[in-house]
Amino acid sequence: MTVIKNNPKASHAQSTALPSYHCHMPSYLKPRFRVERSDRRCIRCQGCVEQCSFGAQYYDESADRVEAVDTNCVGCHRCVVFCPTSAIEIRHNPVEYRDNAYWRPEVIEDITRQAETGGVLITGMGNDKPWTSYWDKLCLNASQVTNPSIDPLREPMELRTYLGSKPDQVQIDPATGRLGTRLAPQIMIETPVLFSAMSYGAVSINVHESLARAASMLGTLFNTGEGGLHPKLYRYGGNTIAQVASGRFGVHPEYLDVARVLEIKIGQGAKPGIGGHLPGEKISAEVATTRMIPTGTDALSPAPQHDIYSIEDLSQLIYALKEATNYTKPVSVKIAAVHNSGAIASGIARAGADIIALDGIRGSTGAAPKIIRDNLGIPIEMAIASVDQRLRSEGIRNRVSLVAAGGFRNSGDVTKAIALGVDAVYIGTAALIAMGCTECQACYTGRCAWGITTTDDKLTKRQNPEIAAQRIANLVEAWSHEIKEMLGAMGINAIESLRGNRLHLRGVGLTREEADILGVSLAGE
Amino acid sequence: MVNRVRFREDYCVDCRLCEVYCATAHSQSKDVIKAFKDERPSPTRGISVQRRDATSFALNCQHCDEARCAWACVSGALTKNPETGVVTYNPEKCIGCWTCILACPNGAITRDSEKSQIIKCDLCSDREVPVCVAVCPNRALVL
Repeated sequence: MTVIKNNPKASHAQSTALPSYHCHMPSYLKPRFRVERSDRRCIRCQGCVEQCSFGAQYYDESADRVEAVDTNCVGCHRCVVFCPTSAIEIRHNPVEYRDNAYWRPEVIEDITRQAETGGVLITGMGNDKPWTSYWDKLCLNASQVTNPSIDPLREPMELRTYLGSKPDQVQIDPATGRLGTRLAPQIMIETPVLFSAMSYGAVSINVHESLARAASMLGTLFNTGEGGLHPKLYRYGGNTIAQVASGRFGVHPEYLDVARVLEIKIGQGAKPGIGGHLPGEKISAEVATTRMIPTGTDALSPAPQHDIYSIEDLSQLIYALKEATNYTKPVSVKIAAVHNSGAIASGIARAGADIIALDGIRGSTGAAPKIIRDNLGIPIEMAIASVDQRLRSEGIRNRVSLVAAGGFRNSGDVTKAIALGVDAVYIGTAALIAMGCTECQACYTGRCAWGITTTDDKLTKRQNPEIAAQRIANLVEAWSHEIKEMLGAMGINAIESLRGNRLHLRGVGLTREEADILGVSLAGE
Repeated sequence: MVNRVRFREDYCVDCRLCEVYCATAHSQSKDVIKAFKDERPSPTRGISVQRRDATSFALNCQHCDEARCAWACVSGALTKNPETGVVTYNPEKCIGCWTCILACPNGAITRDSEKSQIIKCDLCSDREVPVCVAVCPNRALVL
């Protein structure tokens, strides 16, 4: 974590610095981690020195020893994984505060950091606080005796999902027996898991390519985020959701034409109501060309879309995009899950959107004010239930597909989300972990040692799309198999039969009010 | 077709695992820690990571079709194996004149100062896949 005061670029200064206590007055902050090395095992190959992009390891030639700068360690484990002799251990720095359940170490350190800098604390990744996870308080059903379970290894099991607006009714032409109703564009995905919006610039080109390739291998979609699409990835256009966000970076006719789905980004779960700021250091020549901005300038996304101040304004942009693409592509609207999501979603559906994407409080980011990330928005579980219920009660649920995002950790979470009422989910963090991310939350520095959230030429090489795409595809294939197993256990052979089927959910440890909002009965009922 | 280890500089992350495991594979103990910490003379390696700024790649003998090192070798220590295509080094015959080092267009042969001989990749003749290729974590070395 670092601070933004007057110059946001200052946050990068610490990355390669030698121990601060050698140079100037010590900070009151203690190192978070301690790098411990077994001298018996260390062969001085210096691989760790090269791999650490935060300057936490160096080779002392006069002593012939590899040494550490504990203050610079972010706990990303790159050195641990690459050490050929397992000589390195990263431990929490054993500084024990006097026990205090309220003034926790994190609280003390945040205050100290702000006292030293006077700035807004910036961090990366999703909310790390012990908020209630309702996924952990929901159980799925299984078939026993009175209804048969299905073995997905022996019988067909359908995960195929169509995203897009469904008609209120269909008419069959009696003469030909064919469908007489003109359907809105429908996008077929082979598994109900999509990849969340992560912009080129925030993540490296190799990460974008890895996600695009994985989506193509799996028959699903990846989302460009707000930074446009590099022309070399146009060939994956059939698996692309092209985002149109408040900065309008990289939006041009070809970008809209190559994509399969268009998405208007209103908000993001990690920072609802907050714009984006990609620092100039990350705007390399390639990123600049793709975003259509000058090299090295800060890319600022305004908090609101300045042409959208009402549902009617939103409707104008939705139809502008539809007109621009000749009504061939569904238009999605992404919002952060907030207090009146149900009413907002109703407005979005009526404004003409084909898909509504909801991003919950655990949604992740490359950079956000920590206080925003950890406190704004509502849990995605509550948002899914309330939006699905609101749209159903108004009789317009069929007009939109619902996609949820924000902290899906495994296939159990995905299956429960579908039972609560979504058509598909977005995964971001899980896909990055598949590539090597260890949730160290240093994304905002642009120095990601795993080559994910960086545009540095040297660090970008650390993700080989051949390997990363396969790892992501493996993950989603594994989840898809598990979803089929769970469906089979429930005696269901198609994901469609689970969608919004809350009878398959039971709550444990929920209050009656929480269960009512989620629309589920309690276990035993 | 001669097997060659091809480097892909777009994916080399300069982790040096190829160097470490090449040396280990050519050590007496075949144990990383013992090889580096206990063995004397130190184990040698036929691959080295070249680096400058953002560029890095691991270089070893390319076992050229027209092996200039073998042509230059005055003592017959370097020969091109007509069957496998591997440029083979026989230390028994090497007199340490280092003419091959001058002749190699890739800079893939290095001096062994301790023995006054040379060090060169043998393509891990005892393995199916050379160890550098097997351990490269980012597929920056391919056969």
